[in-house]
Amino acid sequence: MSALHFETREDLGAVLRARLAGFVRSLRDSGFKVGMAETSDALRLLQTPLVHRQDRLKASFRTLFCGRLADWKKFDELFEAYWVGKGVKSGVKVSGTSPRKGMKTIRELVDAQGNRQDTIAGNVERQPGEEDEETGETPSGRREGASIAENLGQIDFRKMEDPEALKQAHELAEKLARSMRVRLTRRDRQKRKARRLDLRRTIRHSIAHGGTPLELIRKGPRQQQLRLVVLLDASGSMNNYTGVFTRFVHGILDNFREAEAFLFHTRLVHVSSALSERDAGRALDRLGLMAQGVGGGTKIGEALADFNRWHAARVIHSRTCVMILSDGYDTGAPDVLGEEMARLRRRCRRIVWLNPLIGWEGYEPSAGGMQAALPHVDLFAPAHNLESLAALEPYLARL
Amino acid sequence: MSKTKDQIAEALAKTGYVADEGLATALVLTEMLNRPLLLEGEAGVGKTEVAKALARLEETNLIRLQCYEGLDRSDAIYEWNYQRQLLAIKAREGSGDDANSVEEAVFSEKYLLERPLLSAIRQAEAPVLLIDEIDRADEEFEAFLLEILSDYQVSIPELGTVEAVTIPRVVLTSNGTRELSDALRRRCLYHYVDYPTPDREARILLSRVSGLDASLALQIAELMGKLRKEDLVKVPGVAETIDWAAALLGLGAKDLHENRELVFDTLTCVLKTREDKSRVTVEVTDRLLGKVA
Repeated sequence: MSALHFETREDLGAVLRARLAGFVRSLRDSGFKVGMAETSDALRLLQTPLVHRQDRLKASFRTLFCGRLADWKKFDELFEAYWVGKGVKSGVKVSGTSPRKGMKTIRELVDAQGNRQDTIAGNVERQPGEEDEETGETPSGRREGASIAENLGQIDFRKMEDPEALKQAHELAEKLARSMRVRLTRRDRQKRKARRLDLRRTIRHSIAHGGTPLELIRKGPRQQQLRLVVLLDASGSMNNYTGVFTRFVHGILDNFREAEAFLFHTRLVHVSSALSERDAGRALDRLGLMAQGVGGGTKIGEALADFNRWHAARVIHSRTCVMILSDGYDTGAPDVLGEEMARLRRRCRRIVWLNPLIGWEGYEPSAGGMQAALPHVDLFAPAHNLESLAALEPYLARL
Repeated sequence: MSKTKDQIAEALAKTGYVADEGLATALVLTEMLNRPLLLEGEAGVGKTEVAKALARLEETNLIRLQCYEGLDRSDAIYEWNYQRQLLAIKAREGSGDDANSVEEAVFSEKYLLERPLLSAIRQAEAPVLLIDEIDRADEEFEAFLLEILSDYQVSIPELGTVEAVTIPRVVLTSNGTRELSDALRRRCLYHYVDYPTPDREARILLSRVSGLDASLALQIAELMGKLRKEDLVKVPGVAETIDWAAALLGLGAKDLHENRELVFDTLTCVLKTREDKSRVTVEVTDRLLGKVA
């Protein structure tokens, strides 16, 4: 490692420290969570013979600085770019990047491989005013990611034609579901008391032992967690939204310990097992197969009747929120839908109806089916973009 | 540095664990920097084995804490033996002891039940502490764990603070069921354990299945590599490979190409769901075998 050959020992200390600080900064810029402890440990490593072997130093730094799989995957390239590249500070040549732009700075590299959100958002929605801001200054990678995620959040799913943007939205929807789960269960936990001794029952049971409470009785079972049951409309009219919703539902199933999902068009399909597949792409493939045979319009009422009759008793308990994702275009009789909604309402804690059409200006829920269902719905909310999905969280938390 | 990476890899190999370069480095670092090691990776890649091998290597105890949903302090750190305490109180009732001395007596070491974490820091010789599947435990437990991993002490209200006699070498594993907190990740060194390369898997087979021929081991390992790329519900892990190799050996297989039927019949060792069984048909097996060198 030529960059690490120095004249005197003192030099070595100062220069190495500076170089290391630069490396840590570049890692932080690309989203690594690196603190003082890691930096000082790294300095310790640099004082050992590890320095002499580049591959070992890389392996050591990798295990020290990485915290998750995403870090793990991009570490090698960042390391090479910083420590091996020539003219490190100004710019380094990165193998595997586009040939027309041979020289890239580390930050560009980070932007290029980490989150390509800037270009995506640019393709999707760009107000005239925003462009100047973006090109003017280079904000740090992380903040940029956040603001672009916000941008993406406001775009109606049906307007996302760019497959990349759609993919991004899918990923965000899944991430959203995950963060919702973490926060919702946390709230749940904070409320819950630890399992304490139930003194009253303990003493009562001790009578058999002449008053010695040998058998200790704990207070009842833990409070049940919020359970989500999702009914997803996969009919033709929902086409533009099903992709994102499936990812959202996949995220929910993957992260809520208590969740069930059903998909309906002309009939109802239980899809929890298909969606419980870890790999999102594979889950969607399987789901796609199950959704085959779509056509002939949506019979929401019949699908609900099916649900009430065959599944409700098993999947619904007192802390269940039923979430219906549908535009409410029903080709069946409105009466049936109203009746089944009423039946469902009696069983569960809440019914949330998410309708992507509400996001459209001037939308009135005038369709017959929607009219019949509305009286039984606790929350009727838009779900046409990521922001509207995120807005649900506080509501679910109050359950 | 007491041991170099190569020495560790070599020593691990002697205990029956074939480590790759990165893992050996990570193990050197955990010792050097005295930090816990967080291992992530798919189920069945041998994360837990790392801790076991490390314990064998250091010739020390392995203390294992298996995490699950609802795991709490009293399961993981310590618990009072209430029943014995109550009996002790009862027994002293007529003796005329005052309340204070009774209390002191029943909240003493004698009535303390050690759970894995407390026991790990009170061993005379530093053990290997394996905290398995930390992602299954709740967030609040993770917070306890952080406290212990940073100070290596446990405070028991009735007894006072118990400080570590020795600092255990800690290995945490996670399958990614839940996103771990940044605080925990930052406390640990990180290593992502991937499925082994055919070469490494073959070496694992040779060290685990006695009497196995090297060329057969490599064939099996390569076939497993291909199989993992198929669209399976449950991707087979290393343990499955070992089972399978043992089965093939037991049934007298010498060469996979010459025993196509046997290969198909014994796939049941590695395919664990009905869907996977029906997906890997005779034709698929032949195709996979065809690719094996």
